[in-house]
Amino acid sequence: MIVAEQKPFEEIKAKIANANKVLVVGCGTCVTVCFAGGEKEVGILASSLRMASKIEGKERQIDEAMVQRQCEWEYLDTLKERIGDYDVVLSLGCGIGVQAIAEHFPNVRVVPGLNTAFLGLPVEQGVWAERCAACGNCILDLTGGICPIARCSKSLLNGPCGGSANGKCEISGKDRTVDCAWDMIVKKLMARGELDKLLEIQPAKNWQTSRDGGPRRIAREDLMLAKE
Amino acid sequence: MADANNGYKSGSTLEKILRAGKFAATAELGPPKNADAEVIRKKAGLLKGIVDGVNITDNQTAIVRMSSIAAATLCVQNGVEPIMQMTCRDRNRLAMQADMLGAYALGIRNLLCLSGDHQQFGNHPMAKNVYDMDSMTLIQMVKGLRDGPHFQCGEEIKGVNPRFFIGAAENPFADPFEFRPYRLAKKAQAGADFIQTQLIYNVPRFKEFMKRVVDLGVHEKVYILAGVGPIKTAAAAKYMRDQVPGMDVPDEIVERMEAAGKGIEDKKARAEAMREEGIKICVELIQQIREIPGVAGVHIMAIEWEEAVRPIVERAGLLPRPTV
Repeated sequence: MIVAEQKPFEEIKAKIANANKVLVVGCGTCVTVCFAGGEKEVGILASSLRMASKIEGKERQIDEAMVQRQCEWEYLDTLKERIGDYDVVLSLGCGIGVQAIAEHFPNVRVVPGLNTAFLGLPVEQGVWAERCAACGNCILDLTGGICPIARCSKSLLNGPCGGSANGKCEISGKDRTVDCAWDMIVKKLMARGELDKLLEIQPAKNWQTSRDGGPRRIAREDLMLAKE
Repeated sequence: MADANNGYKSGSTLEKILRAGKFAATAELGPPKNADAEVIRKKAGLLKGIVDGVNITDNQTAIVRMSSIAAATLCVQNGVEPIMQMTCRDRNRLAMQADMLGAYALGIRNLLCLSGDHQQFGNHPMAKNVYDMDSMTLIQMVKGLRDGPHFQCGEEIKGVNPRFFIGAAENPFADPFEFRPYRLAKKAQAGADFIQTQLIYNVPRFKEFMKRVVDLGVHEKVYILAGVGPIKTAAAAKYMRDQVPGMDVPDEIVERMEAAGKGIEDKKARAEAMREEGIKICVELIQQIREIPGVAGVHIMAIEWEEAVRPIVERAGLLPRPTV
């Protein structure tokens, strides 16, 4: 899933400072699951903003809305009738949601309430960790199902580097929170008797399929609607 | 192309010494955190004629310093053979290859390929890192420029191509320990001509590592220079033992450094006694390491203490350096 977290309250407050009518829009998908922009978070944030406005002595209308998926036009259409009534739409969707609103409703001023962090999963209650860098060329079969692009601090294809100690990455510092992805890959493959995979030199990566090749797009003719 | 170098890959002094079967000695020179060429000249003066090559670090520990290409050039001009370090942290393959063309044009003949310390450690932790390549594919790229000769993309190099003696690093004490000899083998396979290891203080553990390396036959494909370094103070020994990931400093070394300074009231005399012990330990390490099969030389890392290199090399019986 896409993992995000809410921006600091002061920053959000500053973003809506000049608005009299604000619509806080949540998203029912990834950001609901990671407790950043679901119905509950929309409610809490909207109440906090109402209170803050009151304390400041500012008359401000703050309404709430939920969209099942901010990243799809048809779901955004549920906002069509009312979205134009607001000075600012505060999106609690990921960066894709914010942009989808901006694109679908060109006259609406939309501001982000979240920082989109990474593609990952909850590893324990309240802790999320990155798993995929969306590099566009998956090699997880070669690395025991552990991604070195997303999980090695240096994205090495032929690790581990000399900074791996006791299963931890050199960037960990004293709290030792960052696992060495290559330590995990090596141990897993060696235990499986797949040393040969590790001995093969992985060639320099072709980053064209990653962001380095420019903004990406997939076009599938088999799914496109036939042209008239 | 090799004919132009009388059969040598690069024709560097380090290559000639190693090819002649002589026990090599290299040192390290850290460029300054300013634009003062005099610092390099002074440090080069301390190392001239003492070692066969001098590593010029590339923004070591991710702290901005004079570029390794400029500092290495100053070394060439001052009669010291540089081993230019290049990391994958700050440059992509275009910038790296451009620098290789330039470095060769300026007379630099040895290139050490590293992934590089993560910028998190340094003085610009907010920087974007590159890591377009890793140390393994960097080695392949340098070899391609020399032996292809072609650029990393496969395009042929017309005219003079850079022909470096290719170095790489390996840390015998990093984890996972059982994979380290294989990783060294991979670097040899990628095209490394010589390896410099991380600092060694635990000789028995290094011996075990070298035994596996020799069993794999890797020492016949690549020259292995064992990393050693004098410790300045007992506090530094403790810090390396307890705080630096991938370092293995036995208690005995820390205790020796502590004992050296014990009971000496005068601050200056105490520091001097510890420095002397540090040099003594380093000389003993070289003597022990020299006996280990598969070791072709030593790499002396006296970081910001270049003055220590001469007494170490001298007392280890490695002076005068052979001429080739």
